[in-house]
Amino acid sequence: MSSALTSSIASRFENIVGSAFVQTEADAVADYGVEGLLPSAAVFPENAEQAAEIVKIAAREKFAVIPCGGRTSLSIGLAPSRYDVALDMTRLQGIAHYDPGDLTISVDAGMRLAELARILAEKNQFLPLVVPFFENATIGGAIASGLDSPLRHFYGTARDFLIGAEFVDGTGALAKSGGRVVKNVTGYDFHKLLAGSLGSLAVITRLNFRTYPVQPSRRGFLASFADEIHALAFMRELAASPLTPTLVEAISPEFAKLFLEEKSPVASLLLDVQAWTVCVGFEGSSEVCERYARDLGRLARMASTQDAISVHDSQFLSLLEILRGAPVSMSRAASRSVVLRLATLPGRLADLLRALRSFASSSWIPSAALIRSGSIVYFALLPREGDETATKQIAYFCKSVDSLHGQLEFNSSALFCPREWKSGFDSKAQVPESLDLQRRVKKAFDPNGTFASGRFAGGI
Amino acid sequence: MNAALTSELHALLGKRNVLSSPEDLALYEYDGSVDRARPEIVVFPSTTGEVSRIVKLAVKHDVPIVGRGAGTGLSGGALARGGGIMIAFGRMNQILELDLENRRAVVQPGVVNFDLTRAVEHAGLYFAPDPSSQKSCTIGGNVSENSGGPHTLAYGVTTNHVTGLELVLPDGEIKRIGGKIADSLGYDLCGLLVGSEGTLALVTEITAKLSKKPEAVKTLLAIFETVDDATETVTDLTARAITPAACEMLDGWTLCAVEDYVHAGFPRDCGAVLLIEVEGVAEAVASQAVGIEEVCKAHNAREVRTAKDDKQRELLWKGRKTAFGALGRLAPSNYVLDAVIPRSKLPQALRRVLEIGKECGLNIGNIFHAGDGNLHPLVLFDPRNREQFEKAVKASTDIVRYCVEIGGALTGEHGVGMEKSELMTLMFSEADFALMRRVHNQFNPTGLLNPGKVFPMGKGCGETRVRTSPMHSPVPA
Repeated sequence: MSSALTSSIASRFENIVGSAFVQTEADAVADYGVEGLLPSAAVFPENAEQAAEIVKIAAREKFAVIPCGGRTSLSIGLAPSRYDVALDMTRLQGIAHYDPGDLTISVDAGMRLAELARILAEKNQFLPLVVPFFENATIGGAIASGLDSPLRHFYGTARDFLIGAEFVDGTGALAKSGGRVVKNVTGYDFHKLLAGSLGSLAVITRLNFRTYPVQPSRRGFLASFADEIHALAFMRELAASPLTPTLVEAISPEFAKLFLEEKSPVASLLLDVQAWTVCVGFEGSSEVCERYARDLGRLARMASTQDAISVHDSQFLSLLEILRGAPVSMSRAASRSVVLRLATLPGRLADLLRALRSFASSSWIPSAALIRSGSIVYFALLPREGDETATKQIAYFCKSVDSLHGQLEFNSSALFCPREWKSGFDSKAQVPESLDLQRRVKKAFDPNGTFASGRFAGGI
Repeated sequence: MNAALTSELHALLGKRNVLSSPEDLALYEYDGSVDRARPEIVVFPSTTGEVSRIVKLAVKHDVPIVGRGAGTGLSGGALARGGGIMIAFGRMNQILELDLENRRAVVQPGVVNFDLTRAVEHAGLYFAPDPSSQKSCTIGGNVSENSGGPHTLAYGVTTNHVTGLELVLPDGEIKRIGGKIADSLGYDLCGLLVGSEGTLALVTEITAKLSKKPEAVKTLLAIFETVDDATETVTDLTARAITPAACEMLDGWTLCAVEDYVHAGFPRDCGAVLLIEVEGVAEAVASQAVGIEEVCKAHNAREVRTAKDDKQRELLWKGRKTAFGALGRLAPSNYVLDAVIPRSKLPQALRRVLEIGKECGLNIGNIFHAGDGNLHPLVLFDPRNREQFEKAVKASTDIVRYCVEIGGALTGEHGVGMEKSELMTLMFSEADFALMRRVHNQFNPTGLLNPGKVFPMGKGCGETRVRTSPMHSPVPA
């Protein structure tokens, strides 16, 4: 957007939202940067209708729009090819419907996750979307960024509890999908496409969820193992047992060290910096929790645990907090840290982990790993401060990971990564076979390319 | 059907895999719904490659295509509303791979739902979606309609159990989306395709999740004097955060017919029963069962019985799953509706359903998934009596309209199909349709694939519509 255009367009935005809610000053828009690009304006609609009007203008004037919430995850994804308008959705704060008796809630996109959690907690309910940046992220942003939660092990991902959405498509039309009931197959499930879409299809204005009752007791179990072989063996036995834990996460020794450095109350309990630690969450009546603790102890001993401990409700909630922020802790552990998120099958986990750790060690880059729910690996590369060979070593690592495709079933994306290294992780080896179908979806939602292109997988 | 296309299909598939005589086609003009539409030719491919070539022939001759599994659907999804070619997937019924370690199965679309469970139960696994028709319906059909079942309450509908699909697009191109890994890169195309009712692509292979069988199961039968007591129990269970794996209601009137049929020991003199199942580790099952019994008693349950063994449990479920068939003894035909309401509104919704039945002078039974608010009012009528048929259709429309008005949805598990395409305007705006059409047209631009489904055609609801000449109806712009 040229500066001459800026003022005339800005005044049209002002007509919609009021002059206080359009910002064009350099220091104001600086907060909305995405991969080094700054918008010309940040606009703050008060409601879905205003958001739609802004998108309509942008579509007509061919401006590139990026919807924002708490701006905690804007660095996820690749660099956009253009970026003119930041659409800040944080003024949309309402609860449209909440009937605790139905276990459903309909909430505006700009509400903070922490605030939503507080509202649900008043009715002894919760949303199993326990994701990084919990205090500041908005619900719309959390869904659009596709971040996952440790509780996915039992409760699934957004696609399992998001039951409807309202949004503004790329033409500036207000549209919706799903509804407010827990079972519904009416029409196309567009809300599933929005989860993880990075705002590339639509501006989310409202989301409907099924909520879950808080169980009487929520507890945890931690067991340490000499190496990942034993840790994975324990996880396999657990998967084969009748138990259905709420979370199962394994922490590498290097990652345990990072936690200890954060001096968290739980980390000091057990985490052994020489060992792999497996954290298991479970919930229910006290009899149920006792059964879990008993069986987990037995399974851990069978897998030659070095040490095991049960943690009670309040400690468990601290543990959940730590695990929820784990990818962010990883990204903060070094000034140029890279956090990869890899998805695989439980049966390929050991091979994938072994390969990643060996590539990292032959690149001389310190690393740390977290395994989520037996199929997701968060893998951090933590180059040392001032290491001039890091760029070369990262490139070697990227190439090595690329070479695994074809041998192992997995996909990977760089969740947090210095800008200059990002493109190296956007592997050509794993562009989805369905890329042209992905493009068709983008074209249907956003025929004029109003939502900034280039950020989403495959360059969409 | 033009002779050139027929002979090309004969050449491609062999004559025995192509049906075109009127008496053969008549068998394919219906499904479990009240609608009828006759295809002009029915073909039975064995491979994805054959499906692709059939589609290319259809494109060449500008003839509509519809996919069909077992034809048990209840919304007309597998009817040839535009005439043309019906692709019956009955011969693509192979389980291609069982990956027990990673809990995935790769199957062809014609595999019968329950056959997959049977193939993996030795390993303590099963396929969770459990429609009442699970012993005959196919997984391809389940994927198309995003089918549910009683245990949807705890485990979700088909979409929650599918991680990958192979597709044949309406131009014959073969594509794969997703895979065994649940988190695929890019947009959740499986989430879009599952439940798209065969309007975007034909599904030729499915990668499904397998679930672990629970350690313990307890099945309770709670008997109530009135429907209100039963529905209020369900609302209260939800409010008290008791989450059974299934919670089904049968009203007393339909229960008599069911008991005559299955002899499961259902009472003949009650207002309604709830069939409630809890699953999980033994301790959780025991404590939940106690909680459920308390809530039932608080709502005046006359009696709460617990199935003593698997045999009793299976008998109770047989009563539930064959209930619609059992009602065939009461009237020549019945119309099974499918609509969803917020669970807290169950008591008022059931009262309204009964009122609507009285207004129309028709008997309406209620056998449904109470726990998730998924109603299945069953309107009994005689299809030879035109007036009764029209009344049945009106009653169904009134009920569905009411469900949407109180915050519900048109369909919980049967799909929109041709049954409810006209009612879509109750839930969706012009802008919603515009986006749905753009997505539809990106995949199915000529509209040759399953025309006349999901989108309103602007005609009256529920009327039987049969087209005899090949014509395709792109989704109206």
